[in-house]
Order: sequence, then C-alpha cells, then structure tokens
Amino acid sequence: MNDLALLLAATLSAGTPLALAGLGLCINERAGVVNLGAEGMMLVSAVTGFAVAFHTGSDLLGFAAGAAAGALVAAGFGFLVIWLNTNQYATGLAVSLFGGGISAFAGIDYVGRQLTERLEHAVPGLSRIPFLGPALFRQHALAYGAMAAALAIAAFFYRTRAGLVLRAVGESPDAAHALGYPVRRIRLAAVALGGALCGLSGAYLSVIYTPLWVEGMVAGRGWIALALTTFASWRPGRVLLGAYLFGGVTMLQFRLQAQGVQLPSEFLGMLPYLSTVVVLVLISRNPLRIRLDMPASLGKPFFPGT
Amino acid sequence: MTAPRLELSHVTKRFGDVVACDDVALSVQPGEIHAVLGENGAGKSTLMKVIYGALRPDAGEMRWNGEPVALQSPHQARELGIAMVFQHFSLFDTLTVAENVWLGQAPGRPLQAVREGIRRTGETYGLELDPERPVHVLSVGERQRVEIVRALLGEPRLLILDEPTSVLTPQAVERLFTTLRKLAATGCSILYISHKLDEIRALCHRCTVLRAGRVTGTCDPTRETNASLSRLMIGREPPRLTQRAPRPGEVALRVHDLHLPRPDRFGTSLAGIDLTVRTGEVVGIAGVSGNGQQELLAALSGEDPRADAGAVQLLGAPIGRKGASARRKLGLHFVPEERLGRGAVPTLTLAANLLLTRHEALRRLGFIDRRALRSQAEGIIGRFRVATSGPAAVARSLSGGNLQKYIVGREIDAVPRVLIVAQPTWGVDVGASAQIRAELLALADAGCAVLVVSEDLDELFEISDRMYVIARGRLSPSIDTHQATVEQIGEWMSGLWPAPAAEVIP
Repeated sequence: MNDLALLLAATLSAGTPLALAGLGLCINERAGVVNLGAEGMMLVSAVTGFAVAFHTGSDLLGFAAGAAAGALVAAGFGFLVIWLNTNQYATGLAVSLFGGGISAFAGIDYVGRQLTERLEHAVPGLSRIPFLGPALFRQHALAYGAMAAALAIAAFFYRTRAGLVLRAVGESPDAAHALGYPVRRIRLAAVALGGALCGLSGAYLSVIYTPLWVEGMVAGRGWIALALTTFASWRPGRVLLGAYLFGGVTMLQFRLQAQGVQLPSEFLGMLPYLSTVVVLVLISRNPLRIRLDMPASLGKPFFPGT
Repeated sequence: MTAPRLELSHVTKRFGDVVACDDVALSVQPGEIHAVLGENGAGKSTLMKVIYGALRPDAGEMRWNGEPVALQSPHQARELGIAMVFQHFSLFDTLTVAENVWLGQAPGRPLQAVREGIRRTGETYGLELDPERPVHVLSVGERQRVEIVRALLGEPRLLILDEPTSVLTPQAVERLFTTLRKLAATGCSILYISHKLDEIRALCHRCTVLRAGRVTGTCDPTRETNASLSRLMIGREPPRLTQRAPRPGEVALRVHDLHLPRPDRFGTSLAGIDLTVRTGEVVGIAGVSGNGQQELLAALSGEDPRADAGAVQLLGAPIGRKGASARRKLGLHFVPEERLGRGAVPTLTLAANLLLTRHEALRRLGFIDRRALRSQAEGIIGRFRVATSGPAAVARSLSGGNLQKYIVGREIDAVPRVLIVAQPTWGVDVGASAQIRAELLALADAGCAVLVVSEDLDELFEISDRMYVIARGRLSPSIDTHQATVEQIGEWMSGLWPAPAAEVIP
C-alpha cells in the first residue's frame, strides 16, 4: 500500500516536466509551427533556471528565468521559421543541437553545485490523509500547476475566441490572413508561449526534480514531449494523461528492476515508450477525429500576399 | 452629387511579367449594384483583392467616400466596411459554421449571438445553414452560403461577391437577388463579379467590363443585349451549340434501388435511387448541393464501394462493390467536382497528372515512359486547346477553365463507355464552358453514355437530353429536357415531384 502511494507520487513528479513541455508544444503546433528544438530549449532553460536559483537562492526567480530563456530561444526560432521561412524541421534540429552545446558550455561552473536545502512539499491538511496524502498531495506546486495549465489550455482552445483564432491559423493561414488576422504575429506568440512552458519544464527538472545541473540532463524528455503531443492528437487533456502514463511506467520499471524481476532490463526500459504509444493510439484511433484535431498546416511555411 | 462610395483610378497590378490589372478605373455609388464583367483571367479577382486590401497595387489610387485610402490589409478594409465573398472560399475545414462566421466578426460578440445571427440571416435571405455543422462536410454550395452569411453579419457598406450564383437554384438566385436589392436599398454598395450576362442584366445598375486586365467599357447593362455585352467581354459573340438529335442505344449505366446509409452523421443517406443512362445520351442530375450528390457520385465512381453489387450495373455487369480503378478498367470514367486536389494533384505537372487515371505510358514494373507520357499530354493539350506552357506546367499554374479542359480531356481521350462529370463548368469562363459542353455532346454522339451532375440549371437545360433531380437523398423520375421548365425543375429541387405510378405505398 505504501509502495503504491510512493509510486503514484513518483509518477506525478516524473510526469510533470513532460506535461509542461508537451502542453507548450501543443500550443505552438496548434498554431501550425513544429518546434523540434524542444530538447535544446529545455536544456538552456534548465541551466539558466539552475544558475539563477543558485545565485539568488529563490526557486521562483529560477522558474521565471527558465521560462524567459525558453521563450527567448523559441522567439529566435520563431523569427527564423516565420519571417525568414527557413525549414521548420531543420531549424528545430539546429536549435536542439545549439541548446545542448551552449547549455553545456554555460553550465561548466555549475556542475556539482548544490542549491539551498530543498524543502519537503506538502499541501496543508490534505497531505496527512492516509494513502492519498503521500500519493497525491506531497508534490511541488508546479505539479499542480501543470494540471491547471492543461485545463486552462483546453478551455482556451475550445471555449475562447482567441483559442479559435489560434486553431484557425494552424488550420489555414491563408484563410486567416484573408480575414485579416496577423498570422505571423499570432504564430510567433504561440511559439514563444510554447517555449516559455518548455522552459518552465527545464527549470523544474534542474531546480526541483533532480535538483542539480549536469550536461544533457534533460535526457530526451524534449523529444518524448514532442512525440506525446502528436500521439495525444494535440489535445491538452491527453497530453497530460500521456505524460503521467509515461512517467508512471518509467517509475514502475525502475522499481521492477530494483526488485530483480527476471526480465531483461532492455525490455523493461522499452515499456514506457511502448505502453504510452499503445494507449494513446487506442484513445485517438478515430480517423475523423484525428483529421479534425490535426492542425492542417502543421510545419508548412506561410507566405502572405501571394 | 455626393462622392462615390468607392473610386479607383489608374490601378495597375503586375505579377512578374504578367499585368493582371492595367490602368483600371472604377467608381461605385452608394446603394449601387455594380457588375464587374469579364472572362476568367481578365483580372477581376485581382482587382477585387486590391479593393479588399489583400493585394497592394503597383500604381493607382483608391478613394473611399471621397477620401484617398491606401489599404495595407483586409483587416483595414473590413474596418472601412468592405466585405468580400470569395470565389475560392476562405473557410476553415475543421471548424463549425458558427465558428467560421465568428472568426469573421469583430471581437467582443459572443458565439451564441453569432449562432442566432446565422439563423436570422438565413431566414431573412433564404440562406439556411446549421451553425453546428463542421465545414468539411459541406458541399461547395453550402460553403458559399457560409461565406455570404459571414459577410452579411458584418453589416458592410460595400459587399463584393465573386461569382455567387454558380451553385444556387433559380429560386435561390431570385431570393439572393431580392436580398441584394434589399441590401442596396439600405445604401450598401455591391460589386457583383460574374460572367453570366442574364444575371447582370437582371440585377445590376451599372457594369464595368474587363478584358485582359483593361477596362473595355462601362455601361448600363439593362440597356445592353447579351450579344453586345459579350462583344465587350470577349471581343466576339459566344459560340452557339448546335442542336442535336439524341439517338439513345442500350442501357450503359443502371442504378436500381440504391440505398446507402450516410457515411458520417453530417452526410446525406441515399434512399431508393433508380437511374438509367443509355449510350449516346446526355443525362443531367440537378439539385441544390448537399442533397446527396456527393454520396451518389461516390457510389457511382467507386470511391464508396458499399452498395449492393447489383445496385450499380455497368453494361449489365454488377459493379456496386468494385473500386474506382476496377470500374475505370470496365470503361467508367469520372471527373470529380474539385479540380485541384481530386481531379488533379496541384503540384504535379500536367503530364504526371495523366498517370492518375491513364496508364498507357506505363511500362513493365511500373516504369514511366517519359517520352510517351509527354506526347500523350501534348495530344490532349492540343486536342482540347488547353492554354498552357506545355506538359511540364504544374496543374496549379493553370486557370480553372484550362485545367478543367485538361481533366475532362484526359477522361474523354480514354474513350470511356460511361463518363460521369460533376460540375463540368463551375468557375469556368464562357469560352471554355462552351467548349467543354460541346466536347461532352460530341462524346455522347460518338456513343458514350454521359451523366452530368450540376447545380447550374442553364447548363443542364443546354446539354442534357433527360434530367433527374436529387433532393434529400432521393432521386426524382426522369423528364425529357424539352418538356421541362425551369420553374418545374426548381420545384422538384425542393423534393416536390409527382410519385411514380408504380410505387405502391403499403
């Protein structure tokens, strides 16, 4: 029983960075821009967030700096692909490599440094409920923030006019332009917002989750978030679900390995990827729904005035 | 006299070496319905995009209520009160009708109010729409209704309509004209782009004629004849179709008691469709879009092979369950409604587009004999007088009329036993339309069975020997064209036709 509670808690904290990044990517892909640079943005934000938290002693400032760094890198990417119409995929890959390199360079002095003492997190009152308390209510505030963000983004997409405009821009930028919407600016804003969420995710990793800075510490989570977004057919609720599923199965297979289960560790290591893909494909297998959810102009450049 | 609502002078717009608009002058008074007449490629659409702010002119001046304006964007145009209904619709496929309309409104209006606005405008102007349907399931005609409603809800001072009647029933055209007259009476100016001479003479107060980017005349259309307008527009009178005596032969295509449940909840179910087309005969199917045409065409072309095998018969052979390629091998060819995307791949060359339905240039193992393919494409381009740089031109670069000539030509050239054509001349200019219709008639004379599904009644009356009407997924009995009247067919379009004597209701 206690083991299960700990596993659930570990699931939430492991799923949070994936959820934050995936939600961010969801926003910019709904506007029609694929940002393969997620991994790089998260690394830059992780080192920025760690450095700021280290020097100021404030986690909050660390998060803010991480989000700002993510937004800044994303805005640079956005300028290249939206105004100069460079290829989104190639530019994204470049950002990813660039982010890996520059974060390693900037982070040399921070390797092995400790942040101020980490506190235990607990929601007052609720955390003392037997089982549920340790399972659900001893997370950092950002873990609940990710859940709230998923709700807020879903409401934004499906309940507000601004969200409708965003989806319209990802669906048919030419039609949106003909109606008089500033397609490029909307896309840039979406990309920057997506970058900020990816940045928050990176800062959460280095300031709360690990909490330290090591070169390449994002360890592929940016790529996983990208895949999650697609498999979740760009729906915020499913991104959140996929993130927890992936985090949960990852934690489960660690535990199984530690208990010496007679299965090759390579097989166990494969489980999170396999189970997440299978579940999300099963959920979103209606071809009509996929067609409705998929931003039709995803990854395509937009040239106004032609 | 007050200043004109809109006045253009010396407007010129070039695309590379091509001059789309050359020193164009145009003036529209408040409350005036002003026609812009011209063939496809005459520069009408370019001129409208300049007025709507979507394109910036290279030279010239535009005045709005006497004030010079330089529009930077459509947004600015809409703030002035200029609304436009596009010929190539600017709708978002995955969004609902209400959401599409909402996106065209100024911010601050709740979605619920837009839904009510759609219903109210629909009732007032006879443009019925279900606000909750997603646009991708709508037919061309219904999409145009969405565009018109979207424009009207913005309460414009100048409304630009680009070929708005191509997909309406005669009654609906009359209703639209009533709408437009009402709108004009409130002081709204209307720019009405068309190449339909009768409509312009019936509706418009003034007419500016464009040919090859230049204004060739401004006149009062009510005082002109079709012949005189046509001379201004194309420099000559339109070609006349010769009368023909149909010689129907054996039954080539037979549909018997075809029932098909709708493919999704926004489609139309087909119920008890009975249809025959004989060799040597042109048969038309009239109807307002969205009444089952798409579903019927899919069942006939083989795109939707769910029908009972015997429900669709080609020269006596049951083909209801065969796919499109198998049917094509048996001699049934099909020209779909959408030229770009279904009839042709926009980014491929004309030669490569041949391979979609023609396999003469394929060699063993699927290798392409490029020389044979090119000469085959050249043959079609020459025979059907397609204006293009050659077989290497990409499909997208052709004007609508020329691409349609090429696609229809591709199928006619295959010497089909049965040819099914959807909307053969939608958005095609007068000259090319006449040519395409003449080719279809010649094909029938050569012994092919031709089935034309069209929303253009004039066209059906012009070329078909017999007509059916489709309404709400049911098909009317057939009627000889020379016995039919426009009023009667219009009535049938609402589903009111006499029950066939053989049908016994239990």
